[in-house]
Amino acid sequence: MFHKRELKVAFKVSIPVMMGYSVLGFAFGLLAVSSGLKWYFAILMSIVIYAGALQFLAVSLLSAKTGFVDIFIASLMVNLRQSFYGLSLLQKFKKAILKPYLIFVLTDETYALLTTVKTEKNIKKKWYYLYLGMLNQSYWIGGTITGSIFGSSVHFNTKGLDFSLTALFVVLVIEQYKQIKKFTPFILGGVVSIISFVAVPKNDMLVVSIALALAGMFILKKRIENE
Amino acid sequence: MSDYEYFLLAILIMSIANYITRVFPFLFFIKHEPPKIILFVERNFPPIIMSILVFYTLTNVNFSVKPYGLKEIISIIVTILLHLKFNNYLMSIFGGTIFYMMLVQLI
Repeated sequence: MFHKRELKVAFKVSIPVMMGYSVLGFAFGLLAVSSGLKWYFAILMSIVIYAGALQFLAVSLLSAKTGFVDIFIASLMVNLRQSFYGLSLLQKFKKAILKPYLIFVLTDETYALLTTVKTEKNIKKKWYYLYLGMLNQSYWIGGTITGSIFGSSVHFNTKGLDFSLTALFVVLVIEQYKQIKKFTPFILGGVVSIISFVAVPKNDMLVVSIALALAGMFILKKRIENE
Repeated sequence: MSDYEYFLLAILIMSIANYITRVFPFLFFIKHEPPKIILFVERNFPPIIMSILVFYTLTNVNFSVKPYGLKEIISIIVTILLHLKFNNYLMSIFGGTIFYMMLVQLI
C-alpha cells in the first residue's frame, strides 16, 4: 500500500538534489521577502510554479509591477528549455501515477535523475517516479519556508542580496556553453540586450530583447547551425 | 487592482506558463517527431535567453555614473572564476553574492 521500498530508493537517489534545493530554495525565500514580497507569496510560488530560474526572475518582475502579458511571455521563454524534456520520458510516463503532477515537477534536476540514474529492476517504477518527484519538490518548498521565515524574522543588511539573481544566470550561461559549445547565441543575446537596454524603457527591455533575439536567430540560422 | 490581487494573478500566470512548457511534448509529440524549426529554436534559444537575463538583472545599474557598474562587473568575474574553478553552482552563486554584498556594504 505504502510502497516503502520505492520510497527508500527514491530518497537515496534524491539526496544530491536535497542539498541543492533546500539551499537554493532558502536563498529564494530570503531574496523574495527582502525584496518586499510577503512570505506566503514566496511559499505559494514554490508550490504552484516550482521552477528555480523563473521564481528568482519573478522577484524582479513582481517588484517592478510588470504587466501580465510581459510576465507570460518572459515565463514561457525562460522555461523554453524544459519544453522538450518530456520527449525522452514519453515512454516512461505511459503508466505513471498522477501523470499531470509528474509532468508538473519535471525540473532540470528531476529530469536529470529520471533519465540518467539507473535503478534496480524489481521496484515498481511508477511509485518510484512519483516519490522522487514529490521528494524533490518538498525540498524546494522546505527551503523556501525556512528562507522566507528567516528573512521576515531576522533583520540584517540585505543590500546586494539581489545579485544572487545575476550570479544564478551567469552560472546558467556557463552551463549552457558547456552543453552547446557555440559562441554565436551568447553574442546575439548580449547584442540584443544592449540594443534594447539603450533604446527602450527598462520595463520593456526583457520582452523587446526576446523579440529581437528570435528575429536574430532566424537571420543567423545558417551561422548558428554550422558553428 | 490591489497589490494582493496583482501578486496572486501574476503568480497564477507564471504557474500556467510554466506548466505549458512542461506539458508541451506530452500534448503534441506523442505520435510524431517535432518539426526541424522547433528543434532549432529549442536547442539554440536557451543560451540566448540566459545571456539576456544576465543583462536584464543589471537594468537598475547606472553605467554612466561612478563607479560605472564596476562593482557588478567585478562580482560577475568572481562568480565566473569560482564556477570554472569549483564547478559547484551553489558555491558560485553564494560566493559571488557574498562578494558583491561586501562590495556594496563596506565600500
